[in-house]
Parts: sequence; C-alpha cells; structure tokens
Amino acid sequence: MRYYSYYPGCCSRGTGLGYTLSIEAISRPLEMELVELEDWNCCGSTPSISIDELAAICIGTRNLALAEKAGLDLVASCSCCYTTLNRVNHYLQLYPELKEKVDQVLAEVGLEYHGKVRVRHLLEVSLNDVTFEVIESKVVNSLKGLRVAPYYGCQLVRPDLGFDHPEFPQSLDRLIASLGAEPTPFTLKSRCCGGSLTIPMLATALPLLHQLLDSAQSGGAQCIVAACPLCQTNLDAYQAMVNRKYKTKYNLPVLYFTQLIGMALGIESEALGLDTAIVSPESILARR
Amino acid sequence: MNKQELMARVNEDGFLDEVCSMPGAECVRWCMQCGMCSASCPNVSRMEYSPRKMIALIRAGKRYEVLSSNSMWVCASCYLCTVRCPKDVKPTELMHTLECLALRHGLVNRKTSVPAMYRTFFDSIRKNGRVCEFNVMARYYLKTNPIAALKMLPLALKLLSHRRLHLRSQKIEGIEQLRAIIDKARALGGAE
Repeated sequence: MRYYSYYPGCCSRGTGLGYTLSIEAISRPLEMELVELEDWNCCGSTPSISIDELAAICIGTRNLALAEKAGLDLVASCSCCYTTLNRVNHYLQLYPELKEKVDQVLAEVGLEYHGKVRVRHLLEVSLNDVTFEVIESKVVNSLKGLRVAPYYGCQLVRPDLGFDHPEFPQSLDRLIASLGAEPTPFTLKSRCCGGSLTIPMLATALPLLHQLLDSAQSGGAQCIVAACPLCQTNLDAYQAMVNRKYKTKYNLPVLYFTQLIGMALGIESEALGLDTAIVSPESILARR
Repeated sequence: MNKQELMARVNEDGFLDEVCSMPGAECVRWCMQCGMCSASCPNVSRMEYSPRKMIALIRAGKRYEVLSSNSMWVCASCYLCTVRCPKDVKPTELMHTLECLALRHGLVNRKTSVPAMYRTFFDSIRKNGRVCEFNVMARYYLKTNPIAALKMLPLALKLLSHRRLHLRSQKIEGIEQLRAIIDKARALGGAE
C-alpha cells in the first residue's frame, strides 16, 4: 500500500462528484491510500491569482504547510489545483523576497512552510507509482472495442511540469490502451476548453468546446476521457448548448479516467458515479 | 536622444518598472516580439490587443491603454503561449500581473464581467475557505446579469438532478486563520 495526502479541491463534492466517487472506488484495488488533507482550503485557482498575487500565494501555501506536517506527497485530482499548488512551490523557490513576505504572513497565524511538499497529479501517480502495467494486470473486464478520445486539457500538461509532453502528451493514450480500449486520434487533445470563462464569457468558450467535440468525433471516438473536473463539466454539461448553437448532434459521454479504470476493474457503475454524467454513458455501457 | 534618455522618457511614470517588479512579469524586458504568443492564443480574436502587442505597449509605457484593455481578462490561462515562447517569456503570468495592477489602479475594463466573477470567487474563499460553485455562479449572475441567470437555469437544473450542485457552502474549521492570512497578505501587498 502506498500512502499519499489527498487534495480533493472545491469541485469534489459538487460538479466533480463522479471523479471523487470513482477515485474512492479504485484507490484500494490500486493499492493507494489517499488520506484527505485535513481542513484544506481552496487552492486559490486562477481567479485569486488575478485579484491579488500575494494573497493567492498565501492561500495556497496554507495547504502546503498543512501537507508538510503530514509528510507525504500531496496528490491533486483537479488539474487546476495541481498547477496552482505547483505554482506556489515554484514561486516560493524562485522569488526570495516573495517567500519572505509569505513567511511573515504565515508566522502571524502560527504556520510555517519549508518548501518540502511535492505536489502531484493523480494521473502522474497512476503512471509512475502504480504503473499502467500493474493496472493492466488487474483488468477483469477488458474494454476491447471501445474507442476513447484522450482529453488532457491545459493545466495537466502546461506549464511544463515534466511528466508528459506539453502539446502532444501520451500518458492517457497509453492508459486507455492498457485497459483494452482504443485511444483515438485527437488533434486538439491538449487544447483549451475555456476553463472558468464558460461562466463570464460563454460566447468565447462555446467555439472552443465546439472545436474540441468536433476533433474528438472526427477521430472516431465513442466517448471522451478527462482528467480534470472543470474540463469534464465544460465538455459534458455544455454539450447540449454547443449542439443548439452549432446545429450539431454530438452525443459524446465524457468520463473521468478513473471511471474508465473502474469499469475495466469490474467495479459497479453506481460506485463509479457514472450516473452523474449529463450526456448519458448508457450507450457505451450497454454495447459491452 | 540616446537610448537611455528615450527609455527614461517612456518610463516616466514608472509603468515598465512597476510591471517588471512583479513576480513572473520581469520577462517583459527580454521579449523579442516574434508573436508566437499571439499566434498560439485560443482567445486572441476577442482581445483588444494581442499578447505581443500588450508587451510592446508596456515597453512603451502605455499604462492606461494596457491596464484598461480587456486582453488579460480574456486569457483562459491555458499556458500554450508560455510553453511555446522561444525566449521563456511567460505571457500567461504577465496577464495575471496586469489583472492585479488594473484592479489596484482602478482601471479595470468596464465591458468585461470577468473581474466580477473573479471577485465573487475570491470573496467566497474568504467567506468559507472553500468555494461553493452554486453560490459563486448564483451571486455572479445576480450581480451582473440576472437575465443570463434565467438562461443558465436549465443547465443548473441538469447539474442538480445529477447530484452535481451542492447548494450549501462548506466552511473550513480554520476559517479565522485563513481570513487572517488573506487580510494580512492584502495589507502587505498594498491592495486597495
């Protein structure tokens, strides 16, 4: 059994419920013990970086200070949390004058952070610690014949944190193949879904989503797999809106990679939260 | 006029220095204006000035034009410009810096509602420690455009019926600690 501190992020009990449930369901069979970071707060995300840089770094550092006490690697499942918390680590290392201010702020509330926490993404942990070979060996329900578009999005692979290529990543492709399914060609697999701009700038985000769905569909995919709750929600919940605006008929279920792993491990769809998907995955579940 | 005199003149109110003093934005000085950032940006067509042009304007000391533009608010933080830049300039981080500066100097673009959304999000962190998505969306739409809220209702209901909208905020135990951190940081960083 491998032990990690786990950072669920604010989407975990809301829009990202399916992700959370499936992570809970697969962590035991994959011999990961994900211990939820006690009393974590929001990572700060892009909005706070855009409001107040110093406050944003301090908000993130509180989580890292808590994780440092626990002494384990901190695993995030949301790509945005992953990038934001890594950015905090990076900035504290790169800018000593910023670090000084952050230390001063934390000292006021009796916290300290020494920069020792490694922030990792769940997909990277699955790739490097669990390994896809081990996942493959545990497959009892091969997904043979299922054509899956691997969607990486932005903040999983950019800015370049080194575990996969920032523009032409391969890890999800390999994971899909190790489950017996077929990764489809997906030209825009690491292009932007619009992120949080779907709320204040829907007209800007919809064309991006349209392009992504078009690219996935033209590669022959029957479903899309994502590794971030924001990507999943944008592609899934806004798909009907894209269809209305562009007079298209996309009907592409968008699953989390953890749900796909769970399906191959033979875990019940209820435990994987497959019912939380808005574009129903019935079609791919039924044909199997 | 020699180069030094020229630089002193365009930077007379210190805008270039102010931008470059912010972490992540010092790279403005070594941009070579190749335009890779603008060519890579998924949202460039919605920006008043492309990322390359923004950098040129900063170097020309155009405080008002830069800080009151909509460009940085349209950035989706996809970091494609950042990984492609041949000179290791970090346009994404620069955009974040410009957002903070625009707020600090009261020059926020009035046509975009992105700052209102970001503020609502940030306030939600200060209030509860974690962000309740439903709460942020509802408050943002009511504040900016209640009619748009009606249009979003079907989507909200779909999320709700799939158990994906938590209606109640979740407050962390250390909320007083987090608030003290935020307030202290804001005072130290010279926020408004």
